[in-house]
Amino acid sequence: MQTMRETFLSTVGAELDADPRLAVVLADISAAQLEDAAVRHPDRVINVGIREQLLIGVTGGLALSGLRPVAHTFPSFLVERPYEQVKLDLTHQGVGAVLVSSGASYDMSTEGRTHQSPADVALLDTVPGWTVHVPGHPEEARRLLLDALPGNGTVYLRLSAAVNAEPHHGTGFQVIRRGGAGVVLAVGPMLDRVLAATAGLDVTVLYAATVRPFDAAGLRAAVGSGPADVVLVEPYLAGTSAHLVTEALSTTPHRLRSLGVRRDSEVRMYGEMSDHDRAHGLDEASLAASVRAFLP
Amino acid sequence: MTTTGYLIPGTPAPPSPGFADLPGLMALLTGDEKHTAAATSTLDVLWVLYDRVLNVTPETAEDPGRDRFLLSKGHGPMAYYAVLAAKGFLDPGELTGWTSARSRLGTHPDGTLVPGAEIGSGSLGHGLPLGVGTALGLRAQRLTTSRVVVLLGDAELDEGSNHEAIALAGRAALDRLTAVVIDNDSATHGWPGGIERRFAVEGWETRTVDGRDHEALYRAFTAPNTARPLAVVATVEPKG
Repeated sequence: MQTMRETFLSTVGAELDADPRLAVVLADISAAQLEDAAVRHPDRVINVGIREQLLIGVTGGLALSGLRPVAHTFPSFLVERPYEQVKLDLTHQGVGAVLVSSGASYDMSTEGRTHQSPADVALLDTVPGWTVHVPGHPEEARRLLLDALPGNGTVYLRLSAAVNAEPHHGTGFQVIRRGGAGVVLAVGPMLDRVLAATAGLDVTVLYAATVRPFDAAGLRAAVGSGPADVVLVEPYLAGTSAHLVTEALSTTPHRLRSLGVRRDSEVRMYGEMSDHDRAHGLDEASLAASVRAFLP
Repeated sequence: MTTTGYLIPGTPAPPSPGFADLPGLMALLTGDEKHTAAATSTLDVLWVLYDRVLNVTPETAEDPGRDRFLLSKGHGPMAYYAVLAAKGFLDPGELTGWTSARSRLGTHPDGTLVPGAEIGSGSLGHGLPLGVGTALGLRAQRLTTSRVVVLLGDAELDEGSNHEAIALAGRAALDRLTAVVIDNDSATHGWPGGIERRFAVEGWETRTVDGRDHEALYRAFTAPNTARPLAVVATVEPKG
């Protein structure tokens, strides 16, 4: 199976042939993989070099000229480093773009803090109007990309090496399992481990590959009239979507437990992704313990 | 000048405003007919561009093939608003209420609000990268007659994002891109050897002219350039 990143690169390469409005902007990352597409479309595959402010500035300018730009690099260099460019060169100018990151919170598990980006979704939450996709499977990533390319909006597609075994297509929060003792919302690659961690528990498991806009109606439908116990499991900063859960359930008595990448300290370790999962309490055993401890 | 002529239907069109009318338009913004050099550092460049260089009018402001002017140095936009009003993009009557809650005109321009403004600016160092992207986008769409002109200040060049853009524009040979740098000697640490060198070393064609000399500015903007981007350094009085 292709990784999400490989799927993205092959799909966007083919779409460049089909859609003359499409342009891809790179900052060296993945430039080698798109070399053939750059030969076919030298004016629409633009590698700006290791210049990430310019990556987003050029993306905004391409959109102002009438093209549909896709910008791609690691999330720390796509959202965090050029945050003001995202805010001003895209949203403030009133233009759209598709930002596609690959690397997630700690895919590059041996490369340290400089290549980890657990704050990307939280940062985009400070800028209005962004659609945020966190696919859990390469085929989901491919479909979400193909949906985003023809539009005009600002879309963030967060690709990861962490995947679920099967894709789950559909809009809004999908009900994967029904139960009566609580609702667990699993975002993107968190689903399979949430299902395993909650096996034997009488809980509803919701799945979200799209977290912005936040499917408040879907959450309310799963919760019912309450009182409700809700667990949020996100593959980036813990509690990133907590304010939206609270807003969605503002008239429903509820308790909320937010699980995700820890905020209280910087985890200075290397090792495998699974080591980082454990450090953040996002492995199956830790999730099972957290959910059981929280539910009444 | 009389500005009410724009507002009365059926009256003959008044003569098109000239450079001499700009102080009156700026006075609508500030209530002051006498402006400091700092407040008008961009005035002559803006006038020459909109009067004689840029192929854009209120009627063609949305045409894909228009020339684009990107005001990167967004602070002190009075001269910009005055020129937009003189050229019919803005109703001069709109100048009087600027910065009020009901006005579309603020102390930094918002590109989605100001008629004729291609971008919103204020935070320094965003216009040239946006201009490079616009020039690349126009080239990809074969809209090769369109010019992209970006106005910066010499202190704005401090921002590193400009230097990312200068390097790429030179290497991409964006011959339809012009950067005009208003040099009023306000960069804190200065540019030893001159501003031109920062562009020339990256492959730009460069011209330094008197930023108050309309003929010299016109020639700098319109003399044929080779297949390279063009940097025009317009020198004005040092900021007081």
